[in-house]
Order: sequence, then C-alpha cells, then structure tokens
Amino acid sequence: MIEQPNLDYIKEISGGNADFEKKFLTIIQTEFPKEKQDYIETLEGNELEESAKIVHKIKHKLGILGLTEGYKLAVKYEEDLKYGNTNLKGEFLEILQSVEKFILKIA
Amino acid sequence: MRCIIVDDESSARAIIAELCKIIPEMEVVAELPDALEALKFLKHTPVDLIFLDIHMPKLTGVDFIETVNNPPKIVLTTSDKDFAIEAYKYEFIVDYLVKPITPERFQKCVQRLEKTFEKIQQEHPETVMSQNEDEDLYINIDRRLIKLKFMDILLIEAHGDYIEIQTQKNRYRVHSTLKKIKEKLPESRFLQIHRSFIINFTQIIDIQDNSVLIERNVIPISRSNRPELMQRLNLL
Repeated sequence: MIEQPNLDYIKEISGGNADFEKKFLTIIQTEFPKEKQDYIETLEGNELEESAKIVHKIKHKLGILGLTEGYKLAVKYEEDLKYGNTNLKGEFLEILQSVEKFILKIA
Repeated sequence: MRCIIVDDESSARAIIAELCKIIPEMEVVAELPDALEALKFLKHTPVDLIFLDIHMPKLTGVDFIETVNNPPKIVLTTSDKDFAIEAYKYEFIVDYLVKPITPERFQKCVQRLEKTFEKIQQEHPETVMSQNEDEDLYINIDRRLIKLKFMDILLIEAHGDYIEIQTQKNRYRVHSTLKKIKEKLPESRFLQIHRSFIINFTQIIDIQDNSVLIERNVIPISRSNRPELMQRLNLL
C-alpha cells in the first residue's frame, strides 16, 4: 500500500502554534498544485532538466508531509531526469496524486 | 543574532522562520525569495547570518556566495545531501542543513553558530554584532523594513494595539506596544513619561508644569514618571 501524507512534521515544528500550521498549509496548498502543473508541462514538453528542478522542489514537500519513501524515490527520479531517464514517472505521478488528494482533504 | 532567510520556496522560508522563533537570540529581519533580493537587501542592512538555499532560479546560492562582498556567516539549506563537502570550501559557511530540517538538527546548528560567534568575539573583541542598539531600529511597514535612526525619533505614542513613531520628518503607525518598543530603545536617550508616551528626552525644548515640549508637540508627564525625568536632566 502506498504511504500516506501526514502532518507530523508540521506539528513538530509548530509546537502547537495553530497560526503557523494554518499559514503553512495555505502555502502548501498554493505552491504544490502549481509545481505539479509545471512538472507535468515540462515533462510533456521533454524539458527534462526543468522537470528535474521542479522535482527537486517537490521532494522537499514530500519530506515535509512525511513521505519517506516518496522522498527517496524523488531523489532518484531527480537524478534520472538529469540523464534523460523518465522510468519513474508513473510512480512519481502516483505520489503527486496522493499529495493532491491529501491537500484537498485538509483544505 | 540578526539573520535573513533566502529561499525561493515560501514553505521552506516559513519553516526556518518558525524554527528561529524557538531561539530567543535569533531575530529574522527579512525573508527573501531570491539571491538578487538578498544582495540588494544586504547593501543597506547588515546581518550576522544568512540561511541560504542553494537551488534557486536567477542566481543560485553558490552564485550568491561568489558575488557577495564581505559575507556574514552562512548556513546553507538544501535538499541535496551531496553538496556538503563543497560547502565547506568557504570559511564563512558555518553549517549545512538538509531539508526538511528537524528541530533537533536546527538546535545543533544554533549551538555551532553560538560557538562560532563566541570565538569571533574572543579573537576580535572589537567586533560587534549588528544589533545597532545605539544607532537605529527597523520597523515593519507593509512588509517593508524601514530604518529609523534613534537620534531622529522624537516620540512614540500608544494607540490601542498600535504605536505611532514620530520622527523629524515622518509619522509611522506600527502594530506594536510601548512595552515592546521600550525594550529596543537605548535608555540613554529614551524615557517613558506617561503611560501613552515615550520621548526622546534629548529633543526636549522645554518643560512646563506637567508637560514637555518636543518640536511642536506638548506631551503630558504623569506624576509617577516625573521624578525620573527630572533626575535624567542636567539641571543647573
């Protein structure tokens, strides 16, 4: 079963500061959909170096949302993309979809 | 320790800023979305430390390091674990944090910073941290940090949740309290003379009955604050 995003890290950082948690989730809800869209567009346009840069940004968010395995996969995928290898795109897309679903759920 | 956070991701900036709140000595004076903004900012505002992301568009963290004059201490932040060895090529780089940064790792970084600054103070006692205690104060107006020289401030007046800072040329409305600003002002120059007023007593023109005149402002003196004011004056 694919691992699920969670807010454990955010809660650890916030130390119970609800304002920060709210502010932070708003940032994620704003940044992530755009990054996902940019990633898809660059991938479709075969601009793989650009895709790698976006994966680099997204992997930080995967770490923040507790997706340890997703983070590892993103690290590998980012490197692969730099060499023109898109073999992991299907698995990476699944992770992006689970994050998107999670973001919508907490909105 | 005055610092800035430079990162193109708002989420990364927000996390570092939140982590900094745990450290009382740490003051985040600006969060900047790219290295060019940081270069501009540093031209007019000295800081002790920069949390610097490596992977940024326009100018990368490395480009920034190669460009900036007299850099303060820098803590690199990145999601790229493989950059660590290269990072320590530069003597002003104190630490290297891999994102997402854990609170424990951040604490270790702060300890390392404290040791670094202690060492600097021991080796170069003339070095002062950029607190600017005796010179100026930064106020946040519409996300812009405005520098006010202490000598230019005439008085500060409380208005509910806001204070109004009157200088020689302007009046600034800031969301803060007299108590908070009092902590930032040098006692050698400022004094609270009423529950709603702090004055720069070097700017007093005259004192009459229970009021002082500063430029064209007549400020009341409360009975309880009057003795301290009189004590501070160089009376003949």
